[in-house]
Amino acid sequence: MMISVASGKGGTGKTLVTTNLAASVGGVVLVDCDVEEPNSYLFFPRREDETCTDCDVMIPVIDDEKCKRCGRCSEFCAYNALAVFPKQVLLFKELCHGCGGCALVCPEGAISEGTRAIGKICRARSGDVGLLWGELSVGEPMATPLIRSVKAEAKGDLVLIDSPPGTACPVIEAVRGSDFCLLVTEPTPFGLYDLSIAVQVVRGMEIPCGVVVNRSGVGDRGVYDYCKREEIPILLEIPMNREIAELYSRGVLFSEAMAEWRDEFVELKRKIEEAAE
Amino acid sequence: MKQIVVISGKGGTGKTTMTASLATLAEGAAVLADCDVDAPDLHLILKPRVLETFDFLGLKTALIDPDKCTECGECEKACRFDAISDFVVDPASCEGCKVCTIVCPSEAVSMVDRISGHAYVSETRFGPMVHADLFPGEEASGKLVTMVREISARVAEKEKKDLIIIDGSPGIGCPVIASITGTDIALVMTEPSISGVHDLERILGVTQHFGVVAMVSINKYDLNLEMTGKIEGLCREMGVEIAGKLPFDPGVVEAMISGKTLVEAGGPVGDAIREVWDRIRTKL
Repeated sequence: MMISVASGKGGTGKTLVTTNLAASVGGVVLVDCDVEEPNSYLFFPRREDETCTDCDVMIPVIDDEKCKRCGRCSEFCAYNALAVFPKQVLLFKELCHGCGGCALVCPEGAISEGTRAIGKICRARSGDVGLLWGELSVGEPMATPLIRSVKAEAKGDLVLIDSPPGTACPVIEAVRGSDFCLLVTEPTPFGLYDLSIAVQVVRGMEIPCGVVVNRSGVGDRGVYDYCKREEIPILLEIPMNREIAELYSRGVLFSEAMAEWRDEFVELKRKIEEAAE
Repeated sequence: MKQIVVISGKGGTGKTTMTASLATLAEGAAVLADCDVDAPDLHLILKPRVLETFDFLGLKTALIDPDKCTECGECEKACRFDAISDFVVDPASCEGCKVCTIVCPSEAVSMVDRISGHAYVSETRFGPMVHADLFPGEEASGKLVTMVREISARVAEKEKKDLIIIDGSPGIGCPVIASITGTDIALVMTEPSISGVHDLERILGVTQHFGVVAMVSINKYDLNLEMTGKIEGLCREMGVEIAGKLPFDPGVVEAMISGKTLVEAGGPVGDAIREVWDRIRTKL
């Protein structure tokens, strides 16, 4: 089973929920797809067998000897990643999506394909929790290929995906293929607005969803009214609690420090399984 | 014309709340731009009245004509984005590269425009605002950010405003890069947690990489003074000025619910933001 944890708004507690759920139920692979800012592994300081490998994407390699500067490649490129000058062809590698089109259209056979790293994929183990995360290199714009590669490695009976914030393409890539999507929000107008966009995204993908309300007790009733109206189950509420916030800030799992919460997360998993049926 | 962008590595650190408060302090002298196009919240506080709407054309997507398709499977083989299966294109996966159009032996694939969102020019109680919404799940958020910034620059010129205040998105990827390039100051919001520190280090790497001057504001600094100390140390090491430290205050959520900026609502955070504003203006 694959469960993704997403939210429209950032900072609502995706990582808080994913890490505590993983540690409480055990026997899971936790996949951090927030490759721009991966944090989940920080909450498992006793990591074993940690290894990292480069995540490569395809880029064109141009043979200046064969190239006649005809410009077909640059005309074809949908991303403006190639510019043809009288003496050479320049590649703006960060703009390249690696589609391979330039190599196909080159009449001289002057373009072959090579690779370049845009980030790394790391794996480790902490007790019976498998950890997998991607880390996009600073200055690289495209998270999606890295998310795709990280997910390709995720294998197990229970896979938990920590998604990036927002509702655009990286989120789609992270959530795609999951059996259930847990949407984490906070009971505020910002939380509600972004939740409503996220719900449209997961419904568009035909993935069943449920909500976790974090920092409950502050804010207003907007999120609750919305969930009721839209018939989205609220599966867990985590109260606004200084102790939880302080434990999180130090990188400590609150379900370990406050043992009663472990059962809450085990119960959350049961509710997810029931709702995903 | 000067441009200030409010960003953060980690989400939920108070970018929008800060932007709205800076808008109040600018007293009508700035154009406000919401570049957090896939989770835009600034309108909830500024309540813009839309004056003009523009279509945003995102990436073109491939479309297979079933009448011409011979089901040879060449397009599916050539697509690097796994966007074609059973001779149908999944628009959510298609990146618009056009490779399928050239490998198709029967000219069954064409590229079609698609409207991926809207951009708006509006007026607010603090002056003109440019904002957008990206349709849920769409690509090319960086391109929409660029569109919002281009419109903002036009509005600023027309309305004779010499400042643009930009609300950015979290992360370090394409919409963030599109938000910060060419700005004068990036105000980086962070919070004193292990995640906040980790993300701050990476986003400061990005501002450095693109040659943008960064200043840091620590939100809820009193929740963990040890981590706040770490952030201050990190900023010193990287030569980044601290613009301010905002205390934890439950009044922040109340202000959000009543649709007020923190400067309008008054209180300790509003006071701290005034100091941030003064430091930014000195730097500009």
